[in-house]
Amino acid sequence: MTKLNVNGKVVEVDVEDDTPLLWVIREHVGLTGTKYGCGVAQCGACTVHLDGVATRSCALPVSAVTEENRIVTIEGLGAETPHPVQQAWAELDVAQCGYCQVGMIMAASSLLAQNPNPSDDDIRAEITNICRCGTYPRVLAGVKLAAERMTNRG
Amino acid sequence: MTMQERIHSQSAAGRLSRRGFLTGAGAAAGAFSFGFSFPLPARAVAQQAAGEAVKEVNAWVVIQPDETVIVRIARTEMGQGSLTGLAQLVAEELDCDWDKVRFELVKPGENRRRERVWRDQSTGGSRAIRGSQEYVRMGGATARAMLVQAAAQQWGVPAAQCSVAKGVITHQASGRSTTYGAVAAAANGIAPPTGLTLKDPKDWTIAGQPVKRLDTLDKLNGSLVYGMDISMPGMLVAIPKACPVHGGKLKSFDASAVANMRGVKHVLRVDDETVAVVADTFWRAKTALDSLPIEWDNGPNANVSSETIAAMLREGLTAETEFVGNRVGDAKAVLASAGRVIEADYGFPYQNHAPMEVINATVRWTPERCEMWGPTQVAEAALDALAAAAELPVEACEVHVVRIGGSFGRRLTTEYVTMAARIAKQVPGTPVKMMWTREEDMVQGRYHPVTQCRLRGAVDADGNLDALHMRISGQSIMAYMRPSIMTANGDPVTFQGLMPGGAEMAIGYTIPNLLIDHAMRNPHIRPGAWRGVNLNQNAVYLECFIDELAQAAKVDPLAFRRKLMANHPKHLAVLEAAAKGIGWETTKPPEGVHRGLAQVMGFGSYVAAAAEVSVKDGRLKIHRIVAATDPGYVVNPQQVEAQIAGSFVYGLSAMLYGECTVKDGRIVEENFDTYNVMRLDEMPVVEVITVPSGGFWGGVGEPTIAVAAPAVLNALFAATGKRVRQLPLKNIDLNLS
Repeated sequence: MTKLNVNGKVVEVDVEDDTPLLWVIREHVGLTGTKYGCGVAQCGACTVHLDGVATRSCALPVSAVTEENRIVTIEGLGAETPHPVQQAWAELDVAQCGYCQVGMIMAASSLLAQNPNPSDDDIRAEITNICRCGTYPRVLAGVKLAAERMTNRG
Repeated sequence: MTMQERIHSQSAAGRLSRRGFLTGAGAAAGAFSFGFSFPLPARAVAQQAAGEAVKEVNAWVVIQPDETVIVRIARTEMGQGSLTGLAQLVAEELDCDWDKVRFELVKPGENRRRERVWRDQSTGGSRAIRGSQEYVRMGGATARAMLVQAAAQQWGVPAAQCSVAKGVITHQASGRSTTYGAVAAAANGIAPPTGLTLKDPKDWTIAGQPVKRLDTLDKLNGSLVYGMDISMPGMLVAIPKACPVHGGKLKSFDASAVANMRGVKHVLRVDDETVAVVADTFWRAKTALDSLPIEWDNGPNANVSSETIAAMLREGLTAETEFVGNRVGDAKAVLASAGRVIEADYGFPYQNHAPMEVINATVRWTPERCEMWGPTQVAEAALDALAAAAELPVEACEVHVVRIGGSFGRRLTTEYVTMAARIAKQVPGTPVKMMWTREEDMVQGRYHPVTQCRLRGAVDADGNLDALHMRISGQSIMAYMRPSIMTANGDPVTFQGLMPGGAEMAIGYTIPNLLIDHAMRNPHIRPGAWRGVNLNQNAVYLECFIDELAQAAKVDPLAFRRKLMANHPKHLAVLEAAAKGIGWETTKPPEGVHRGLAQVMGFGSYVAAAAEVSVKDGRLKIHRIVAATDPGYVVNPQQVEAQIAGSFVYGLSAMLYGECTVKDGRIVEENFDTYNVMRLDEMPVVEVITVPSGGFWGGVGEPTIAVAAPAVLNALFAATGKRVRQLPLKNIDLNLS
């Protein structure tokens, strides 16, 4: 049995070592907010926070993660109150189909945790998730709005 | 709680989250400022929904005692925002309180049972709003009249003396008022009136406004159940693999090699060309499928390659053809005797839709009933496909439509519904979620078809375009997808944007001698309707070649077009708007930055784009796009803006990177590492100008894609002197030599 710390709770799963963390989260832990997009860490739909850092879970075998690692999924991000990134996304109506947006939000919230005041170029360089609907302009605006809100709140 | 409850409670969840959101924001400055709460646990929502058996006012409108207005949505929502636009149109005529509006998705089986009261559910061709605006508005107007009549009857006054504002009905003379929620049950029994008049769009207060989407919040916290996210008690996962050479056959497979692998339940023949592994989880099914020995009969196309397909199309550039899309005068004769003929060949590759959500469908089959949960753009056709594969009457089947994680035309076909049903039928009573891998999705697509074009133009000494012959050679989508609309000579859809007239796809130029014809050449790769369809290729060919002609005539590309567009004022108006927006005739671009233009009419709308680009060290940078659109009417300006900006991502991804090559009869590119798409770092600034001129209803989801590539390619020529005629750009060396 493998023990994982997902959204602050320790869960036990019976999976093969090579199972990507994405599928463990989706099918064994039962949290489907984290999406499958490519399986080769290209698109970022599967982004979770691993010890606070945005991580593509589709190409990360579960054996690489231990109970000591804190995994946060979209379900755990705004569980208490919505994260400023989620609030900004709602205000600006960023999502179109929405499928990639959970990954975008996880990537953006991780970016802001490390760089509270990113420039446009920082955001363009750091957010490499794929969105086929083309929400990029509002993603950019959303990260900036969230950054502004987080900075103002001190 | 079952997944079925979760799916069915989607709209209710949206309602509660929104209410929580609005309550939280009530004291703040605006409804969409700080502090919203996410949906209640879905269980509570489902229970509440189950307790509310409220009769509808009519097919489009349900009003609950708490004044919640549920608008029924028959067209598919896949990110384009038409769900919200359609609700706005109903709410506008209903005169309800927009803040109380929620939505519910229509099931096609229910539509059939009610003699198609919701009419056409197919969602393609940018038709979701323009194709249903009149009857959905009438649905709202009719519900309004019934609600007013119900109140008037209770009061014993003429309905004509009653007024409505935000769902409150008032009889001024007697000072009485009531609410929609209070009379909704009585309204259900009122005979629907006929002969109602719809509002003039200039009087709109809900439609035409940049309201927020109704379906956002559950996309932000992971609670929205896409088809990929469905789970049910006892559900199994199936992953299929079809013969990589389209049309080839499944010869044999050795199930015993994987039968003992963990989680594997079944290895099934799905149809003549497909095998599937059914297991308890995706990863176990995929692991087994990867080790399953499979023998294919690749059939007659095993040696086809991109090169052989290109040669096949090249032959079509000069072949005899009777299939003419547009003929004026005698272009061939004028070209034959012209002093100066400009000629160029263009080519466009296969491209995959590559939506973020791959193909999937969950089906449960029993000898009595078959149901599907999952994504489709054609709910009614999906129901028919499901019933046929299930070998059950349509009445014994249902499709539970969900919101889709992107589609772009991919789910206009139903082959995957058939596939999922055939799998489920072999596992009776067990819900089976069929999921494709991204790799399967990439190689078993329905591709933006391959075409080539030879253009020949005669420009006289004064710079006038005397004649143009445009020969398209290439694959027909409809010959594969919808043979019933083929004409005796060919596929009329291949002339999108080039038609002599009409309200849908008319060319914007008057040329004294014009011939546009088509030689159909159909390789074995399966084509499909890819967002923008044939308009995309045609706009690249015509708009880039018009630039070449302008250059040959030594005339500015805008001035050259103006001369040809005098009889096409709507085409010209958007071109002028885009040109003005970018400062074509008024400001110089920054040092090293160059401009290009393109215009087209498609899907009933007129669109144009102006681009600013630079090239440095062989790398193209797209700085800025100004896009102008005349869709007749704008139902939600901020969603139209999102569609237009997004169209550049889709269109420029295709221009920069989109190419599915063929080798040994198979599609080569299997994932985003070899089928790249545009990301945030390459996204230009997009300025959207909408110039709705009224009097017609055009679509918005697709047309702008078609001007993205030619506007940038024309700017690229201005920057480099290099004409790029074969897409995608990734294959072209842009280093200045």
